[in-house]
Amino acid sequence: MLRYALKRLISLALSLAVASVVIFAVIEVAPGDPASFMLGVNAQPETLAALRAELGLDVSRPQRYLNWVSGMLAGDFGTSYSYRTPVAQMVADRLWVSLPLALYALTLSTLIAFPVGIYAAARRGKPGDLAVMGATQLGIAVPNFWFAMMLVLIFAINLRWFNAGGFAGWDNGLWAGLHSLTLPAIALALPQAAILARVMRSALLDILGEDFMRTARAKGLSRRQALWRHGVRNALIPVLTIIGLQFSFLLAGSIIIEQVFYLPGLGRLVFQAISARDLIVVESVVMLLVFAVITVNFLVDLAYAAVDPRLRSRT
Amino acid sequence: MTKPFFRTFAGAVALGVGLLASQAMARSDITIAMQLEPPHLDPTSAAAQAIDSVVYTNVFEGLTRFMGDGSVVPGLAESWEISEDGKVYTFTLHDGVTFHDGTVMDAEDVKFSLDRATAEDSANAQKALFAGIESVEVVDPLTVRITLADPNGNFLFNLAWGDAVIVAPESIEGIKTNPVGTGAYKFAEWVQGDRITLERNPDYWGDQPALEKATFKFISDPTAAFAAMMAEDVDVFDNFPAPENLPQFEADPRFQVLVGSTEGETILATNNKKPPFDDVRVRQALAHAIDRQAIIDGAMFGYGTPIGTHFAPHNPAYVDLTGLSAHDPDKARALLAEAGFADGFETTLHLPPPSYARRGGEIVAAQLAEVGIKAEIINVEWAQWLETVFKGKDFALTIVSHTEPMDIGIYARPDYYFQYDNPDFQALMATLNATTDPDERTRLMGEAQRMIAEDYVNAYLFQLAKLGVAKAGVQGLWENAPTAAIDLTAISWAE
Repeated sequence: MLRYALKRLISLALSLAVASVVIFAVIEVAPGDPASFMLGVNAQPETLAALRAELGLDVSRPQRYLNWVSGMLAGDFGTSYSYRTPVAQMVADRLWVSLPLALYALTLSTLIAFPVGIYAAARRGKPGDLAVMGATQLGIAVPNFWFAMMLVLIFAINLRWFNAGGFAGWDNGLWAGLHSLTLPAIALALPQAAILARVMRSALLDILGEDFMRTARAKGLSRRQALWRHGVRNALIPVLTIIGLQFSFLLAGSIIIEQVFYLPGLGRLVFQAISARDLIVVESVVMLLVFAVITVNFLVDLAYAAVDPRLRSRT
Repeated sequence: MTKPFFRTFAGAVALGVGLLASQAMARSDITIAMQLEPPHLDPTSAAAQAIDSVVYTNVFEGLTRFMGDGSVVPGLAESWEISEDGKVYTFTLHDGVTFHDGTVMDAEDVKFSLDRATAEDSANAQKALFAGIESVEVVDPLTVRITLADPNGNFLFNLAWGDAVIVAPESIEGIKTNPVGTGAYKFAEWVQGDRITLERNPDYWGDQPALEKATFKFISDPTAAFAAMMAEDVDVFDNFPAPENLPQFEADPRFQVLVGSTEGETILATNNKKPPFDDVRVRQALAHAIDRQAIIDGAMFGYGTPIGTHFAPHNPAYVDLTGLSAHDPDKARALLAEAGFADGFETTLHLPPPSYARRGGEIVAAQLAEVGIKAEIINVEWAQWLETVFKGKDFALTIVSHTEPMDIGIYARPDYYFQYDNPDFQALMATLNATTDPDERTRLMGEAQRMIAEDYVNAYLFQLAKLGVAKAGVQGLWENAPTAAIDLTAISWAE
């Protein structure tokens, strides 16, 4: 197990190093000078030069890359060009929205997908299964921002149960915070739940055809007992993979949902930083997201090993 | 979800609504939404209009200030005297003005603020406003004497800009995140990405405003803006981004729609140095190829005033020159033929992100195609626009709104991105700057408008409208936008 973890850890470090080069190169190549963006069309050349020097933009690109990477290794993610706030602090503030939102959405999607997927698998080919398959097909096809707009229309504009957007803040209590994240979490969760339910169903159906399931039945377990004791547990591996991928997606990919609900999350931070050419923020946040995604994958790999002992011995 | 849950929940909502209703009698707070969040809160070191929207006249004040109708009135300066030769301005400051940190605002602070703006390493985005200042002297704590190198008829106007507000040396260090000014509102809180809160300053030197507290929220997505307004999450939306939804608000008695004018002349800017646009006949052909009303209707849902020159129609000195460039495709084709382009030509059209440019650009390109000019559309982000078009001058045509007030002076700068180089115009601007007599200034401004219209420097499309949506009870909002500002001191709730 330890050797397996160590191997995974090395590949994690390598991925991060490669990612840092790619991120820096891609973002720096795009045209647009942060200083002239900030000072606008009437700025005098000497004003621009002074600002560029202040932001540390007057040194060569390789040097900037080295400064950035060595800063990150020391825990310093730089200071935003436009906000003049440390990037680490901005990210920490935004994470208090994005992380709970991702977890909330993931919890919802798992809570919906597991019973639905298992139900459909247990009733393969029957009307219940067909209904689930149809609904999940729809859930995958419909984009989440459309769900979001419908939710706002129904629950915020017509019923007035929720605000149309914004984040109440955790200072006002757990309930207020969760309440303002509910619509975005549902909008994010529904398509994910649809995917997860289908994965659950097909994984379970594969397992149900396996020899050991027949053995389980043969030794006297009822259909239901066999399904729960041997089927679901074995179906968890592909499901876990998807959950890991979905968590990364929810954390990094909620830009549109954060726009629709004007939530002060990470996605919106990146979105704003890109249009303001706040390069250091974009680079550092993307790097952090890469780190999060790679770490989640690492943890998922470890979770496989925990669920499936064969993986441990094989490597 | 179970039934009891719903019941409790509905109860809680009913309770909340009840509370709101009881508060409505004496509402003294307001939530104002705007599209962009300010990058920081120092109006003297950035071009972002969002900064001014939050802090101008609310937190920071200048010697003079703009009113909602565009007039310039005394601010921190109670009165002033101008010397015979128009070069020396002596300002008398209001007595008893303090900054929010309790320090006294006096002539030293004025000198500090102006010296800071004109300094070698100044970060002021509008440094040109202060270019003529030779010296700032403190005569006594309430008197400041400013000496100019040359007379400048615009000087009091320039001092009213957000970039010219008075700041204090004691608090300048933290101004970007904790602005300390003299205004009727104090900075209270900034939750980055979400909101900025201002609170009434009980020690304000002027009249106490009606509102106690104002919260600014940032909603960039047009659909979200619509939802936030409809759900009544916000009370006011400054510069509402979805003009297509305005009729819905107009029809709803809960809301009011404010349609005003901005200082934004939206133009089809033309690179005057790039062939074939160095030929005035080609530029004139462009102007006649354009159907302004079709662009206003198609891109702006009818909101916007056609313009024929680079000047705001609501300004008393405006001359209507739209007749010089009436929509006339035949004339455009004839002019092109005369210039040697009977079969038209191919060119490019750079479009920055705002919808006036992206939507307007599609229509402009179609109108140009009708007279044989095939314009390839290139969509760019703002940073890229600044880099390639504005700084690099590597463009043929672009659509952009020039939002600075009274900015016809840019045509006197031959290195400005559209590269209009006319010594006559430059001389005219020099005369205008040196003239202080209002009637003579009006005449000269008229002449300037005519000169650029007759040279067809750019194709002038329309004055950008300011579209505001607010709850019906909100009073005192600026209808027009002489500068980016949300003047809280004028706002109140009707009973």
